[in-house]
Amino acid sequence: MIAALTLLLGCQLVGEAVTRLLGLPVPGPVIGMALLFLGLRLRPAAAQEGAPLATVAGVLLAHLSLLFVPAGTGIVRHAGALIAHGPGLIVALVVSTALTLVVTAFVFVKVAALVDSQPEQAP
Amino acid sequence: MIAPDLARVETLWVYLAADPLLWLTVTLATYVVADRLSSRLDRHPLANPVLIAVALLAAILSVTRTPFETYFQGAQFVHFLLGPATAALALPLHRHWPLVRKAVLPILAALLAGALTAVISAIGIAAAFGVPQPILASLAPKSVTAAIAMGIAREIGGEPSLTATLVIATGILGAVMVTPLMIWLGFTDWRARGFAAGLAAHGIGTARAFQVNPVAGAFAGIAMGLNGLVTAVLVPLILRLF
Repeated sequence: MIAALTLLLGCQLVGEAVTRLLGLPVPGPVIGMALLFLGLRLRPAAAQEGAPLATVAGVLLAHLSLLFVPAGTGIVRHAGALIAHGPGLIVALVVSTALTLVVTAFVFVKVAALVDSQPEQAP
Repeated sequence: MIAPDLARVETLWVYLAADPLLWLTVTLATYVVADRLSSRLDRHPLANPVLIAVALLAAILSVTRTPFETYFQGAQFVHFLLGPATAALALPLHRHWPLVRKAVLPILAALLAGALTAVISAIGIAAAFGVPQPILASLAPKSVTAAIAMGIAREIGGEPSLTATLVIATGILGAVMVTPLMIWLGFTDWRARGFAAGLAAHGIGTARAFQVNPVAGAFAGIAMGLNGLVTAVLVPLILRLF
């Protein structure tokens, strides 16, 4: 368990070092994810159900929502700033987010149908 | 008899209010309540656990007059786990790699279309409402994960703290809207639904996707990572047009 957590933090740490040394516009944890992914391609046993790394990752990802709560609470302080800029910002957020969801899923579905990629159906 | 007790309670509160233990525990407890509520309501999109927990905590902080900085002393331990959790996204990516490899073309097409839509529609609508330029620069990267978005905003003359607010608001909005929108449009492919959630609503959308389906979660994680890269390149180019 501790070894698995150390591995996750280690990947993030190397990722942080790499982005800073190379001046990349990508956050360290994203590089860490790429590194861990490459590692898992070489040693797939670590990702198997029941392996410590799979267990720790499973717990973290099952409660990903929790990890956004502190940052989410922080924005309530700035709610005034959103309203102060008039309805434009709020309308832009709502409409643009809905439009992005629809366009992304639509293009995915249509291109998948064109290249005959098997869908993973929702019931 | 009551007076000394009250004094003791006050001393206790002074100690607790300044100690990270209290606000860490309150953060976890609030989330447990929010998650139970969300689960009891069959993960209804409006009963989003982030939304419920944030609303409860905001109320608690306001009633107890606790400054956010004091709260964050405790909550930072939870916030810190975002880093290792992001690295942990490698596991679902690895597990569903055969599916991902087969969907390279849909992924690339949806990535480009989604990233362009996110940036252009946001600044287009806001500009039409007369929102001034520095605010547009803060709004442009709203769909990507906070760390990348704040970096982009800084680079193009936006205000990173406003960007962080817009990013989190976008995440919550996207996580709430994704399921009803996908059902309304009849999109049943978990890959497409997850990819849209991660692209439009970064980590909070990804959290929603994992709640609904593991394949959706894996594709959301990919979308979040890729959109961060693409948006960092696109935003400076697109903003020149506005």
